[in-house]
Amino acid sequence: MVSKHVTCTVEHPADFDFWRLHARQCLAQHIEPEYLSWRVKSENAGLFDSIDSNELSEPHPDCDTSTASVMRVPAAFVSLAAQVICHRHEQRFALLYRVLWRLTHGEKDLMSRCTDNDIHTLNQMACAVRRDQHKMKAFVRFRQYQVDGTDYYHAFFEPDHHILRATSGFFCRRFANMLWSISTPDECAHWDGEVLEYGPTVPAHSLPDTENMDDLWLTYFQSIFNPARLKLNAMRSEMPVKYWKNLPESVLIAQLSSGAGERSQDMIDRGPTVPSRYSKKG
Amino acid sequence: MSISFQELEIHSKYSNLDANSKLNTAFSTFEKNSAQRVKRVQPVNVGFQNSMSRIGHKLAILADAAKYDASCSSSGSTARHSLDGKGIGSTEGAGICHSYAPDGRCISLLKVLLTNFCTYDCHYCVNRVSSNTPRARFSVDEVVSLTLSFYKRNYIEGLFLSSGIIQSPDYTMEQVVEVARRLRTVHDFRGYIHLKTIPEASPELLAQAGLYADRLSINVELPTRSSLSALAPEKDHASIGRSMGTIRNAIEEASDTSYGAHKPQAFAAAGQSTQMIVGADDASDTTILDCSDRLYKRFKMKRVYYSAFSPIPDASAVLPLAPPNLLREHRLYQADWLMRFYGFEAREIADQAYEGMLDLALDPKLSWALSHRDWFPVDVNSACRDSLLRVPGLGVKGVEKILQARASMRLRLSDLKCISRSVERMKPFVTTLDWSPSTLLESADLRIQMMGRKAQMDLFSTAS
Repeated sequence: MVSKHVTCTVEHPADFDFWRLHARQCLAQHIEPEYLSWRVKSENAGLFDSIDSNELSEPHPDCDTSTASVMRVPAAFVSLAAQVICHRHEQRFALLYRVLWRLTHGEKDLMSRCTDNDIHTLNQMACAVRRDQHKMKAFVRFRQYQVDGTDYYHAFFEPDHHILRATSGFFCRRFANMLWSISTPDECAHWDGEVLEYGPTVPAHSLPDTENMDDLWLTYFQSIFNPARLKLNAMRSEMPVKYWKNLPESVLIAQLSSGAGERSQDMIDRGPTVPSRYSKKG
Repeated sequence: MSISFQELEIHSKYSNLDANSKLNTAFSTFEKNSAQRVKRVQPVNVGFQNSMSRIGHKLAILADAAKYDASCSSSGSTARHSLDGKGIGSTEGAGICHSYAPDGRCISLLKVLLTNFCTYDCHYCVNRVSSNTPRARFSVDEVVSLTLSFYKRNYIEGLFLSSGIIQSPDYTMEQVVEVARRLRTVHDFRGYIHLKTIPEASPELLAQAGLYADRLSINVELPTRSSLSALAPEKDHASIGRSMGTIRNAIEEASDTSYGAHKPQAFAAAGQSTQMIVGADDASDTTILDCSDRLYKRFKMKRVYYSAFSPIPDASAVLPLAPPNLLREHRLYQADWLMRFYGFEAREIADQAYEGMLDLALDPKLSWALSHRDWFPVDVNSACRDSLLRVPGLGVKGVEKILQARASMRLRLSDLKCISRSVERMKPFVTTLDWSPSTLLESADLRIQMMGRKAQMDLFSTAS
């Protein structure tokens, strides 16, 4: 047993494979959860420098992971952990390691106990990550630019959690034959039809779309709305206000809502219509 | 749902170059391979660019004309993607709502009519021939172009295309199918397509439609023959039923796995759906639910949509001009869910109705539970799935969680908080290791208590 406090450093805030390697190594060395801290390399640089602790910045090449591989974990934990790792909560690594420790030290059926505090917290975090991913797939909006005759698409999006890498596969599968980039405040994903790359963030452009498709989208948005059915709370709960600044149609919402009551009452007040002359049947 | 980096068998790497040089590198790389790339990117339709305002004008008319079609689903189809294709588009089973209108409805698809010229005179329709609404017509290429342009910007999951009936049902259906055919075969579009089918169209055209569309639908419009003949004289239930039957048979044939090596082509992988207008005639809720029940059983419908009749700009004198009854529509959807997911029969829900109408103050599941207190309380630690599904406040997912948790523990009342957000609603109807409702279930005031504070206040204010 290692009695001294150990710190693990992870390169990227949502790097599941790296966390997994670290966790296996720590398990193999029987490091208990209470003696283990986690930090992300890019965050809080220098904060831990003065603490007297063992650093595990790279999985040790001589580390014997064969004993760790004997400790089997349920597939349900692996898939849950891959989602939870994307969450912004600082304690996610520690919580995952604690649950991993419990699973491999006498609580094999832990994953099916949804009422356990740790499992309940993990489930809630995974749920928040999945919801964030779903909203990202929904609200990323590309603008088209032409660079020497080639169409290029760029979008800027601000997710709550570190989900860009976990979600970019969706955009590759969907927009496989387009050249696109999706930027978040932390980093940017680039796709050229074959290779997916990540680089530093690219700020939102103010250049208009080459085909002015924004205008047609706004036309569509205001035409499809039925003013007799106004339900702003339902709309806001599914499309929270925090996303509105990157959604061009949000400028119309106030205008459409305030006119809705009048438009629908007007239809009632106007009464029935006189049939047009084209409708005459012989 | 994509959650792992290894999911794509495509090389992925991280670069430390700064943003500007990265973008410049990207541009120059694109230029280097531009000859190959341009072939793979969809060509911009120059003619389309020159007529933007004309398109905008048509779009305003033809989207407005399509707004009364409630269906917005983009889910339920087979999973596919474009990594091995020449175009764009994917479906992953679950639908995605890319925006929401102020009516709370999701905007998932580009929902338009090909044209709102129509030779029919259905009284409830804003596009009927006797209406003075402005008219427009898209060309097939205009709809294809608009769909692809919106899709590329991730505004939509796909296309929902309907049409007014011009020249003949077959001619109209041919035009509608042609849009889908061009999207699929010329542009290799793999996003979602929902086509409305014209009731009198030939079975051959319906068969073609199913090859290109994920979902097909025909509106049943009204639950009884008499209402339909009074409000939509050119339509009839017999021919609507024939089309629904044709589609059902084609879907069944396509999902028949006994063919082995000779698997038939995919047909409307997301099934068929339909829509009923509520409140345009005097049909009761039980009549409507009976009709839905028959449609689900006879034609294997995926969804029946209920659309509260809404005042339209060019109204017919025959129809009520009043705000849509959204609460009634909501109760019908709740009852529909009970039939599809909770094992309720239509007659069980009908037994709770008063003069054929569902209780507006309580949801139908709670209403049923209050009238069948002999079924309760249900022991969450031992009851079967069907009994658990009857508990108010417990949804399908909650029931699954209980069954899973039960394998390794005995549940207490506090555990139910992790499973359901409506534990207060459940309490009178369940027992756990440490809870029993005792006299709560038998209380004469239980109905009033369950109605909730707001409804109670409404009740007391009308009574005084």
